Amino acid sequence: MTVRLFDGKGAALERQKFTWRELTPKPLSKLDDDAFTRVRVILMNGIEQQANRFQHMCGQFNGELREALAKIRRVEHHQQTMINWLLGSDHSPLETTIGYEQVAIEVTAAIAQQEPDEYLAQTYRFGMLEDFDHLYRYSALLDRVEGKDANNILQSYTDILPGRPTIVEHRAPADDLRHAYDRKATLPISKMNALTIFSGEYQTRDYYMNIGPTFSDPVARALYAEIASIEEQHVTQYGSIIDPNETWLEKWLLSEANEVYTYYSCMVAETNPRIKAIWERFLDYELGHLQVVSELFKKYENRDPAEILPETLPDPIAFESQRDFVRKVLSQEVDLRARGEEFVHKDEEGKASQEYRNYMNSEGSPTEEIGNSYQWHPGTELARKIA
Amino acid sequence: MEQTMKLGTNKTGIDMSPIHTKEMLEAIENTPVVPAALVQGEQTLKQTFIEEAGPLGSVPLPGTVKGVAKSLLKTITGHHPEVFINKLGERLAYERSGVRIYDALIAKCQHTITSGMIEQKIDIATMQHFREEEAQHFELLVANIKKLGADPTAQTPDADAIGVASSGLMKVITDPRTSISQSLEAMLAIELADNAAWELLITLAEDMGFSTMAEEFRAALRQEDVHLATVKSWYEELVRSQATSPAP
Repeated sequence: MTVRLFDGKGAALERQKFTWRELTPKPLSKLDDDAFTRVRVILMNGIEQQANRFQHMCGQFNGELREALAKIRRVEHHQQTMINWLLGSDHSPLETTIGYEQVAIEVTAAIAQQEPDEYLAQTYRFGMLEDFDHLYRYSALLDRVEGKDANNILQSYTDILPGRPTIVEHRAPADDLRHAYDRKATLPISKMNALTIFSGEYQTRDYYMNIGPTFSDPVARALYAEIASIEEQHVTQYGSIIDPNETWLEKWLLSEANEVYTYYSCMVAETNPRIKAIWERFLDYELGHLQVVSELFKKYENRDPAEILPETLPDPIAFESQRDFVRKVLSQEVDLRARGEEFVHKDEEGKASQEYRNYMNSEGSPTEEIGNSYQWHPGTELARKIA
Repeated sequence: MEQTMKLGTNKTGIDMSPIHTKEMLEAIENTPVVPAALVQGEQTLKQTFIEEAGPLGSVPLPGTVKGVAKSLLKTITGHHPEVFINKLGERLAYERSGVRIYDALIAKCQHTITSGMIEQKIDIATMQHFREEEAQHFELLVANIKKLGADPTAQTPDADAIGVASSGLMKVITDPRTSISQSLEAMLAIELADNAAWELLITLAEDMGFSTMAEEFRAALRQEDVHLATVKSWYEELVRSQATSPAP
């Protein structure tokens, strides 16, 4: 199936409606549904969260667009509700966290491989190894404090191993800023990849900030504080690869196109027919949004959307285990650090990040404490004795 | 952490805000009660959601051919072995989390005793012994689940449910602000549920014809009986000593 962005298809905005009953769908089964269905749910919640954030901010600077923004944003908000409410309450906050890190690892790894620009691909690989370590630390927390096995969530798709140690991920702000792509010289897929990963990390940062204080175990609270800080760094990093000279409408158009792309990718990969129907419905809605924004783009910027969007979508994002790729990157790039916009060997890291990190870690490191000698074992560490 | 209950500035009750509370009640008196308008028929949303809800999930099929071939379950006729596996998985999850909960309780008690904040009414060595027995119960369940050809690493539906149920009790114990007596009360609830569950497991094992397994589970229950009685006595002694200790 090929999705053409300019053929006028898509549900008209006035047909994009919901009831409260629809917005409270039967959740996924934590036990029976495939982990990648949960990955897609979490990813698309993040995409819609970013749509909401962006469309509110856009309205602050573009009075003439406010009505269109409000109408589309209302639908996007309800799309987000229907998607996020697919997560059942038997997912504890920490189990959901494991799911979030699986998204970060597998989707970032997939996107790093489909990214044609080498600098951008390196940026994704750099962040991915850090999220990989977060998964390891959270898995240790789940095992040692709650007595549960993170692999019940991961379903063996994703390794639980140390990545770039979180303790060395703390950087001075200037070392999180990357070189932005040039909007006039960058392929649409690169722009969409950036939006996808930016959205995912922003969602994760917000999620950890919300749930961190709900933990009673003090090391858990400290762990979330530490990892949330890295997620903020990641949001800075991924936000900085986006050209700040794109106009508001250009950004909006790209955002809607990316929503079409990500829903399309979810639909193609989805194995649960009930959830697949949701992706199909929302693909239709986003095509409708894209039509509206395309007209606004023509009206207010006097430009043709084909100038910045492809006629057909790129190949869908691969929703499958990226184990081999992750292990390869781990073996080759774990000792990379950042110095300004560049990636360097750890021996060449700048003083600013070292000083920042040393101070932050000066009273102890939650990630080091919880991950002390942790090795994942099926059924938790307690099962190792009887293996 | 404080070990005895103190009188202080708890603001949650209406006695602390008589004027504002009076204002609230006056507004209530003057506001008519409005029943909800139902949109569709006489069924509430809640009834609809309950009707349409699916189960948490299923019990996994044996994952290996060897598992199926060697499964003791093949010898059972007229029973639903998945029910038994579900309950075994639940107990396994509970014992495994129980080890971590005891770790948290022991750490709290050790700190409280060494900082001189409590007379030594709690025997840490006994608590550590209980912790080791929970770990042994976990190992016992792993071994028996494997004998049945099932996967001890799988999360069964009842393991999922009991994880949710016990999460609040775990939160109480891992919170450094809660007292030893508050933590022991949570532990008492954990042990009470544990005992009832082991009794059922023994009955189920006998129903399925697994007499050796039932005997092993009885041994575990005897240990759990001691856990329950001991935790209950620590808890009661501690609270009673707080209630009757001389005022400072």
